[in-house]
Amino acid sequence: MSTVTDLVQWGLRGASQPRRRALALRVGAVLAFLGLWSLASGLVVLLDLFNPIFLAGPWLVLGKVVQLAANGQLWEHVGATLLRVLVGFTSGAVLALALGLPAGHFRAVRNALEPIVELFRPIPPLAMLPLFIVWVGIGETSKITFITYATFFPMFLTTVHAVQQVDPLLLRAASSLGARRTQLFFRVVLPAALPEILTGIRLGVALSFFVIVISEFIGAEQGLGYLINDGRNFFLVPQMLGAAIVLGLLGYGGNALVVLLERRWLRWEHPPSA
Amino acid sequence: MSTVGVGGAGGARVQIEGVHKSFTLDGRSAPALIDISLEVQTGELLCLLGPSGCGKSTLLNIVAGFLPPTGGRVLVDGSPITGPGPERGVVFQEYVLFPWLTVAQNIEFGPRLMGVPAARCREITARYLEMVGLSEHATKFPVQLSGGMKQRVAIARALANSPSIVLMDEPFGALDAQTREVMQEELSRIQRVEHKTIVFVTHSIREAVYLADRVVVMTSSPGRIKEVFPIKLPETRNRFAPEFTHYESEITRVVKEEVAKVHE
Repeated sequence: MSTVTDLVQWGLRGASQPRRRALALRVGAVLAFLGLWSLASGLVVLLDLFNPIFLAGPWLVLGKVVQLAANGQLWEHVGATLLRVLVGFTSGAVLALALGLPAGHFRAVRNALEPIVELFRPIPPLAMLPLFIVWVGIGETSKITFITYATFFPMFLTTVHAVQQVDPLLLRAASSLGARRTQLFFRVVLPAALPEILTGIRLGVALSFFVIVISEFIGAEQGLGYLINDGRNFFLVPQMLGAAIVLGLLGYGGNALVVLLERRWLRWEHPPSA
Repeated sequence: MSTVGVGGAGGARVQIEGVHKSFTLDGRSAPALIDISLEVQTGELLCLLGPSGCGKSTLLNIVAGFLPPTGGRVLVDGSPITGPGPERGVVFQEYVLFPWLTVAQNIEFGPRLMGVPAARCREITARYLEMVGLSEHATKFPVQLSGGMKQRVAIARALANSPSIVLMDEPFGALDAQTREVMQEELSRIQRVEHKTIVFVTHSIREAVYLADRVVVMTSSPGRIKEVFPIKLPETRNRFAPEFTHYESEITRVVKEEVAKVHE
């Protein structure tokens, strides 16, 4: 536990721990969780508390995932989900940047776009899903459009804000060094806005995995969301849990990818020896 | 723009002709600058001195082209200015380095915009890094530098673009007293090599007497020119020489009248 001396010396981040000890704590916590989970599912069987089908132990879930991976089904579903996320998120990001950058840059564009965005933004995206299905059918298009729609808002708003908050002094400095309009945009506005734009992109990635599951609950024949829903219909709890865990891993991977980009592009914020 | 040739020394003439500036506040127009006419000679270092809020920074921003004057005009080598331009380099109190660029990249920002070939850019950068004593810090990012180092980079960045005029807005205002004097000495040394036309805004009388060929004292709000002091001291100045102290006390007397007015 941290003493007052520790607190005033390190702040709330705390003193750094030896690498090994930190790692041991992290691995230990995961193992303890798996242990508790096993114990709970075991007790259910031993004490005959309720039908053990409701709480499958971690080994059963892992077994199911391995089995699905071995017979190739898992990859089909993962592929379907990833493809939808990739296409839907990418179009959402492109749209958010294509509209957000000019909206941040030009007041007229902002004044024209903002009321429309503000009109739709408070509507939970899920409320629009049935409409998308009615409009573009139940197939791939509605699922992809739905991700695009849902991820557009946070990415658009952060992009607009990112551009707006660029320090005008930076523009003065660059223009007195001879920068013209387009040079100001590409060499000052864009790099200055990049940190916040990337934060928006991270939100977008997380949201993609959030909404894809729901759209795969409805009228899909593939995808991890389908796998979960299919498991529900047939009481296949290990399949449901397994698919959920795989989704979590994919989301974790997506986030890690953006973090990697941030490390590479925003090295100037925390250079190694600062 | 005859001044684009990078690496050249020498300044240009700045003429400020009957400049007025008013700002609109709550629908009412308040004058900030009244009838400023001033000529800055080629290679001259002119200090604008006055109490806070006297409009000296506003005047500098007008000369930089960041603000349009309400009336009057500013000429550089005879042609009126219409906005910011690379022939007028600016050094800000807040340094305003590009945080995503390294020290060297900041310095070569201007030359690269002008399409100066990469090899020449490296030469220019190396020269100015050396001039401000930061050769060993070329690959650092601005967050890794102290205030004094940041301002050195900002000065190098302005000079590397080879402007004929350098506008400095309280450039050493955010630095501690010791660093400030070191920076003044460096600027004076650099100016002996570069011979730029410099307009330097400050509220430090000592700083003005140390650096300036002429000191222009402005009245408190609205800003007018109150008095102009040519400083007839040798190029290398001694802050403790009796002549130095004499200028200091003479200008202090005039500035105090203005500061007193603010508090009346």
